[in-house]
Amino acid sequence: MTTQTPVADDAARLAAFEARIAADESIEPKDWMPERYRSQLIRMMSQHAHSEVVGMLPEGNWITRAPSLRRKMILLAKVQDEGGHGLYIYCGTETLGVDRQELVQQLLDGKAKYSSIFNYPTLSWADIGAIGWLVDGAAIVNQTMLAKASYGPYARAMVRICKEENFHKKQGYEFMVTLARGTPAQKAMAQESLNRWWWPSLMMFGPHDADSPNSDELKKWGVKRKSNDELRQRFVNLTIAQVKAIDLTVPDPDLRYDEASGDWITGPIDWDEFWRVVKGHGPCNSERLGARRKAHDEGRWVRDAAMAYAEKQQRNNRETTERQQ
Amino acid sequence: MYADAETSWPLWEVFTQGTDGAPHQHAGSLHATSAEHALQNARDVYARRNEAVNLWVVPSAAITGSTPEDMGPFFDPAHDKAYRHPQFYKVPKGVKVF
Ligand SMILES: [Fe+2]
Ligand SMILES: [Fe+2]
Repeated sequence: MTTQTPVADDAARLAAFEARIAADESIEPKDWMPERYRSQLIRMMSQHAHSEVVGMLPEGNWITRAPSLRRKMILLAKVQDEGGHGLYIYCGTETLGVDRQELVQQLLDGKAKYSSIFNYPTLSWADIGAIGWLVDGAAIVNQTMLAKASYGPYARAMVRICKEENFHKKQGYEFMVTLARGTPAQKAMAQESLNRWWWPSLMMFGPHDADSPNSDELKKWGVKRKSNDELRQRFVNLTIAQVKAIDLTVPDPDLRYDEASGDWITGPIDWDEFWRVVKGHGPCNSERLGARRKAHDEGRWVRDAAMAYAEKQQRNNRETTERQQ
Repeated sequence: MYADAETSWPLWEVFTQGTDGAPHQHAGSLHATSAEHALQNARDVYARRNEAVNLWVVPSAAITGSTPEDMGPFFDPAHDKAYRHPQFYKVPKGVKVF
């Protein structure tokens, strides 16, 4: 009798899995996958979901102070979308066998990462335009790539999200166009905001390829299709034209156009600042976590009430059925 | 640990019908306490931009799916029945429009 050992069995499965990735097949929840693929996806997807949720906070800061009903409606709709994005991705992550409650808990415990960009404060109204334009603009570049990720539920969530992000970016740019073409004070406000958000937006793509430990593995498994630097370059090339069109400037004296590649080459990124913020020492890290915890605590009675109501309804339905019998 | 562990609300799968007459398609999932609650959440999460004219919500636990291991044997019977397709049949050359 020839029985395969578990090790040989796993090696065969891994080979089959890698062949599927190579053939651009979509990996679905019940398919066999290496534990490392599963754990890397849980890490990446939950960080992404947390970022959507924490991302509501800097913009939420300005909802009550929006200067017109039009802008207020737009901002409310955008922030609501971000909550939805969090939900799509949490649900996608749950298909990997982890409970959303567990992931939310990690965020509240301060054990989970989320995008560092949301640890910067929104100091002026112009920041709301800059975020939509730059932060959502950078997110689209990244998420368009992830819409082709090898894990089906993640890719499908990204397709849905990208459609909505286009509204986020467009409204942000229109907002900046309005300010840049407004009074000198409005234009100055737009420029000041761009100055503060430019570099953190470039940092959103993560460390340079050489310093990005998870990238190779994610690329090998078809989760990421492009490297951090490739995506960052694409974002810079797209954005510089938009900056010029509204007669603003990016705060980078070294910025130059490279004829040969057709790329806009930026000066060096301050990675010390990046790591400071990632490690929890950004301007708003504790404020963001505090706000999430407060919202979680203050929402508890709503969750409890909804549960109690559902239980009561079920009890009533049972009693009605019993009476009828 | 920051907060007390809470039990999650049950999981529901959401199906949206995009336009009148179209089939319902799986859109995603969400947590809710009851079917009614799931429908309201599904509207807010999966139909904010007229993506649906009708919604279904189904408890995830109620769905039975075929397994990936079934792939071969389960769908095998369909593999060798070319005669179920119109391309299998030849018509005389003169017949242009069938
Ligand atoms: Fe988003
Ligand atoms: Fe967005």
